[in-house]
Amino acid sequence: MQLPWERGSAMLNDITLGQFFPGDSAIHRMDPRMKLILTIVYIVGVFMVSNLLGYLISLLFLYIVVRISGIRFSYLVKGIKPLRFILIFTFVLNLFFAKGETVLLSLGFFTLTAEALSYATYFALRLVFLVMGTSVLTLTTSPVQLTDGLERLMHPLQRFRFPAHELAMMMTIALRFIPLLLEETDKIQKAQMARGADFETGNLIARAKAMIPLLVPLFVSSFRRANDLAMAMEARCYRGGDHRTRLRELRYTRLDAYAVVAMAAFLMVIFAEGRLLG
Amino acid sequence: MSLVIENVNYVYMSGGPYETHALHDISLTIEDGEFVGLIGHTGSGKSTLVQHLNGLLKPTSGRILVDGLDLSDKATDKRAIRRKVGLVFQYPENQLFEETVEKDIAFGPKNLGLDAAEIDRRVREAMRRVAIDYDAIHDRSVFELSGGQMRRVAIAGVLAMEPQVLVLDEPCAGLDPRGREEILGLIRALHRESGATIVMVSHSMDDVASLAGRVIVMNHGRVAMDGTPREVFARGEELRAIGLDVPQAVELAERLRERGLDIPQGVYQMEELRAAIAAAVGKGKRHA
Amino acid sequence: MANLEENRIIASNLVYTYPEAKKNAVDDVSMRVKRGEFLAILGHNGSGKSTLAKLFNALYVPTDGTVWVCGLDTRDDDLVFDIRQHAGMVFQNPDNQIVATVVEEDVAFGLENNGVPPAEIRVRIDEALRAVNMSAFAKKAPHMLSGGQKQRVAIAGVLAMKPDVIILDESTAMLDPSGRQEVMNTVHRLNEEEGISVVIITHYMAEAATADYVIVMDEGKIAMSGTPREVFRQVERVRALGLDVPPMTDLAHMLRADGLSIREDVLTVDEMVEEVCRLSSKM
Repeated sequence: MQLPWERGSAMLNDITLGQFFPGDSAIHRMDPRMKLILTIVYIVGVFMVSNLLGYLISLLFLYIVVRISGIRFSYLVKGIKPLRFILIFTFVLNLFFAKGETVLLSLGFFTLTAEALSYATYFALRLVFLVMGTSVLTLTTSPVQLTDGLERLMHPLQRFRFPAHELAMMMTIALRFIPLLLEETDKIQKAQMARGADFETGNLIARAKAMIPLLVPLFVSSFRRANDLAMAMEARCYRGGDHRTRLRELRYTRLDAYAVVAMAAFLMVIFAEGRLLG
Repeated sequence: MSLVIENVNYVYMSGGPYETHALHDISLTIEDGEFVGLIGHTGSGKSTLVQHLNGLLKPTSGRILVDGLDLSDKATDKRAIRRKVGLVFQYPENQLFEETVEKDIAFGPKNLGLDAAEIDRRVREAMRRVAIDYDAIHDRSVFELSGGQMRRVAIAGVLAMEPQVLVLDEPCAGLDPRGREEILGLIRALHRESGATIVMVSHSMDDVASLAGRVIVMNHGRVAMDGTPREVFARGEELRAIGLDVPQAVELAERLRERGLDIPQGVYQMEELRAAIAAAVGKGKRHA
Repeated sequence: MANLEENRIIASNLVYTYPEAKKNAVDDVSMRVKRGEFLAILGHNGSGKSTLAKLFNALYVPTDGTVWVCGLDTRDDDLVFDIRQHAGMVFQNPDNQIVATVVEEDVAFGLENNGVPPAEIRVRIDEALRAVNMSAFAKKAPHMLSGGQKQRVAIAGVLAMKPDVIILDESTAMLDPSGRQEVMNTVHRLNEEEGISVVIITHYMAEAATADYVIVMDEGKIAMSGTPREVFRQVERVRALGLDVPPMTDLAHMLRADGLSIREDVLTVDEMVEEVCRLSSKM
């Protein structure tokens, strides 16, 4: 086995996309299909919220879920950090362009209205909840389970020629090969550096040109890998999604029923609260 | 020109829970013109060490001096380092990318900022050294070549930098017997002809025994043994204890000695052993 | 075929030509893999040995001639998946043949493709992982394993299909010596204990020396065949075919040239020790 610093997995550590925290909590053990559905339901629910108390309730609900999952809430908050520029940008944009009548402040061509302020705030909050909600899903569901869940949820669509199995297989293969390609990139980069290649200095065009010695070998090897993999899959009787069984069957359990009840309760609270304070 | 490694440590992901001490206080001096075989099982730190020799990895502490040039010094010109130490990675054919063989070999010299005439001279010279016919092959696509040819072109790409020290990481990995023989032959010729200093990482004890003048054995990030092949291979028990083999000639010599045959200590090459066996058996004949 | 029970694979006047190639990659090859046999196929790069392997599991269909795998003709499209279940294949690059992101799921891949019920898959993958000593790694990600371990996972994936023949197409070429040893020990054990026929395609003469029977390919044809002893004793001929002989056979050859009356078909260090001692005690 190669050692981690020889194969550049430091690069791998920088990628937090879809990170998974292994665990054995009730949330981890839920059926991935149910987690997917409930995540969507939750996000839709939050999108219907239109006052601050509603957001506080949504936050409380999320907090409880995260506590049950055993993941530190700060991980979730960290997940928002990379999005702060988008958040600020959309917030400011909405301040400027959202229409409203109650003028709070007027500075030359810029008028700030109460409606724009609340719209911008709610819009930003929705984004935050969208990210946090999906993070709970990816933090507690392994990529394999997630793929499985997606494939099976989409399965009925196959009747309409929707390539559910193929998409899931592509996701699995991508997940399998990403670490390999990162390793390979690092190796080729080092090999070209040993031949005096410079990836770090120069203007944009020079740098783009400097990538050719990296990209060409990477493409060549990716094609070779794809070719090998196709042959290996064929040799192991792969023939698409028909008649295929799976090692892990997905089964809804009592846990999932509890989750549905909890989510329904949450929706009702949000709905009632919206009616009352509307 | 000498290569001095002084108290080099390399710590990976320091401070974290995965902190790994990959190199422990390595101090070595490799003299001009030496042929060093670097052996150790996978994960012993030999590839990590090799990547320090041309500055691709920086030691956590300690320093590496090539011809007096301190590789870890930030002020050191990278080009100057690449000119001095050439590194051929494992499966080097994976780094080929240019449209033609000639252009690919020229990539290194071009990066050194040489003029066209000098680049051309170096490409031809490098191809000669790896026994690839310039006229027949130079404008062929690198991807049309056979596996063994690709390997040789890749090595030529490093040779064209005309380094004073050539470091090869498993140059024969994955080749068929003929390919292996060709690569070993050209490395031997390089060493003899140009007197270049060579450091060869290898898993094959037989290859190391047949080529190297000095053997360095690494284990758990430390230098476990360092000496002539005769000295190192005489320590068969220790080598086996750290999960390495000995050349078959050494094993046979040990076993014959155990059975009471008069085989001199320190025999490690097949040719020597052949003579020793002939002598031992022949001697018996005379006594009889 | 009269002796189907005894022969797992029979190739008869087999020819394979790659599309648009002028020469036959496999050219009129007839051979067989017996039940429980450990067969090594040698040959330099481009000699046709890997093509031959791919004809053994219907990845390629013969241009001419026939291959029967456990009595099934590989030209019959309807039999393809049966054939691949009978003759499993392990490839060279350990990274490019593992499909799933978890070890046990990869072992399950072939069974899933064949529609085996989940409970049965569970039993078979546990057995297969145990047989290659990888049970402890069932839940690990493949990229965290060593090369030898990855190849053992690939072998488990084939084993779970309950094959009659396992074909290893240069499966040790990219491994370090300990990884090679792991793989060779594993297939030898499967061969001896489970009676599975093994075909290894290799560049390592030491591996071929452990086989029951050796075939040397050259230019798509069978150039030599016999037991390792019968083949390797012909040192010059083997060398001319771009191969090596095991170091001890080479030494025996040199000692004979020096006038010692040593057996010419020595393969291992053990045998050489005995031979030399026999000579010296006779003196």
